[in-house]
Amino acid sequence: MKLHEYQSKQLFAHYGIPIPNGRVALNPQEARQIALELGGRAVVKAQVLVGGRGKAGGIRLARSPEEAETLTEQILSMRLKGLPVRRVLVDEAIGIVQEIYVGITNDRAAHCPVVMASAAGGVDIEEVARVTPEKIIKIWVNPLLGLLDYQAREIAVNLDLPKPLWSSFGKIVQGLWQVYLQNDATLAEINPLVITSDQRLMALDGKMIVDDNALFRHPDLEAMRDVDEDAPAEIQARAHGLAYIQLDGEIGCMVNGAGLAMATMDIIQLFGGHPANFLDIGGGAGAEKVAAAMRIILEDEHVRVVLINIFGGITRCDEVARGIIRAMAEVKPTVPMVVRLVGTNAAEGRQLLADAHMLTAETLAEAAEKAVQAAQGGAR
Amino acid sequence: MSILVNRETRLLVQGVTGHEGLFHTAQMLAYGTNVVAGVTPGRGGEWVLDGKVPVFDSARAAVEMTAANASVIFVPARFVADAIIEAADAGIQLVVCITEGVPVQDMMRVRTYLDQRSVRLVGPNCPGILTPGECKVGIIPGNIAIPGGVGVVSRSGTLTYEVLYALKLAGMGASTCVGIGGDPVNGTNFIDVLAMFEADPYTDEVVLIGEIGGSDEEKAADYIARFMTKPVVAFIAGQTAPPGKRMGHAGAIIEGGSGTAADKIAALHAAGVKLARHPEEIPGLLRH
Repeated sequence: MKLHEYQSKQLFAHYGIPIPNGRVALNPQEARQIALELGGRAVVKAQVLVGGRGKAGGIRLARSPEEAETLTEQILSMRLKGLPVRRVLVDEAIGIVQEIYVGITNDRAAHCPVVMASAAGGVDIEEVARVTPEKIIKIWVNPLLGLLDYQAREIAVNLDLPKPLWSSFGKIVQGLWQVYLQNDATLAEINPLVITSDQRLMALDGKMIVDDNALFRHPDLEAMRDVDEDAPAEIQARAHGLAYIQLDGEIGCMVNGAGLAMATMDIIQLFGGHPANFLDIGGGAGAEKVAAAMRIILEDEHVRVVLINIFGGITRCDEVARGIIRAMAEVKPTVPMVVRLVGTNAAEGRQLLADAHMLTAETLAEAAEKAVQAAQGGAR
Repeated sequence: MSILVNRETRLLVQGVTGHEGLFHTAQMLAYGTNVVAGVTPGRGGEWVLDGKVPVFDSARAAVEMTAANASVIFVPARFVADAIIEAADAGIQLVVCITEGVPVQDMMRVRTYLDQRSVRLVGPNCPGILTPGECKVGIIPGNIAIPGGVGVVSRSGTLTYEVLYALKLAGMGASTCVGIGGDPVNGTNFIDVLAMFEADPYTDEVVLIGEIGGSDEEKAADYIARFMTKPVVAFIAGQTAPPGKRMGHAGAIIEGGSGTAADKIAALHAAGVKLARHPEEIPGLLRH
């Protein structure tokens, strides 16, 4: 789950990382008031969960409270990469001498966190990593020991930071480590961390991604979720414990298991069709969950056929069949269905579905072929 | 014969009294797995499944009383890190974790701890290990595979079943099937299992099932090119997956242009691996 800049920076401040004075505004009048309190000059920043806000015109400098009001009005009417701007952050304008990048993320290959830093901050760090990887300092952290002070010093030295700033830099990196650790972040990033014109360090922008698997121990973070980020169907799916991602094809898919779901999407494409979605009903999915999945798939108006591929392991095929039939009774679909059930109680499941006049298939290839045919030939 | 688990395996089930744990313990017993003990803190002294499996309060007590040498974990995600380390500290050599949804920071700590000892972890978020005809540790349905000479290693769950079943329908059997799990940080990777299959005299050829995300398949390709003499057939899932989206598995996400199916397929192809376009093509690509 991604956090907004203002949410990330509030967390940073809680862990002792200096951030600019500022507040969130929901309308132009509020922005004007905040700018007034900040002394007139302010930066108005769109709070949207996409990158490249600055380039898209979502970050603007206001030289007066009146300008802050006008700019906020403009920014709140924008959509950035398809997402509406619902709020802006109004921050004091800071004089900048240098921009630095500091981030902590998981290195999956090394099985441990890695702290990355670069004196070339403020710009696209992926670009720096690609073009000039030597400009990125990397320090791997033993997760049983945590970030050690000498490691933070090593980064400061390699960044060529002025000596008087080493101590505050160490505190900031340790603060960022605690942010990462205590919030189960998969990314905690300050970009840029600036040296101000009065020789202080300050986190001007922040970004955090929290491990979805760890949200059970962070109800405070779950409450920060911005539902605008996801398609409505994806939100609905999450509420039912389903993994759903909408795509732009015409063949709806319901599969148990993420790997098999992806393989099913792939084989649809191989046979000349296009998957309308990724949907994993998970293991042990009961009738209710399957019915919810069916409703979500059929809400997509591009879906011309639904392919159901269930390989029973934990999942019982007769239970799946009952779920499909119950969903049919509720949703009354007008599209054909191709069903393939293998595994635990498959015969009972297939019989139930055959009685309900659904197409069945023995193999995955046969199922995909039938679905593609039905999508190409069949009207809704 | 096989790798990792066989008739000699003495299995401990952590979380044996839970819904999933109990169901799959019954399945494992029915398959012939030597399940010697279960652990549920607070339930020590009880017996489950008609008195077939004694329950202990701790892994240490279970190991002392039953000489268990492998463990399978069904506890909820929030207790997984504790359960894995408890098993390791009790002297268990092989820990197989079925549970999905384990926080990645937990797994980094667990992995770092285990790396300092000689304990093999398989998983989490995996279907377990099946040596057909001998031993089933985890949740792979026993009736979809027959004994044979094909070693199977996979990051997936039900996709693995699909492949085992396709092999069975073609009259081909597996030496051992290892589900390594779909999480970004896990205990065992492709290379670990490929090395075991290469050394196993009963494995003639290998099927590798990968998916988008990370660089494990690319590393496996490099290993295969340099060290494997046995033929390898692979399938990579997620060719139609859009970047930046999490495809159910925490590991299956394309990050910043890396970890794509196309990259993995190219690397494996260059290593001399035959690539199947879909799971049911795999038997036809094996030697027979």
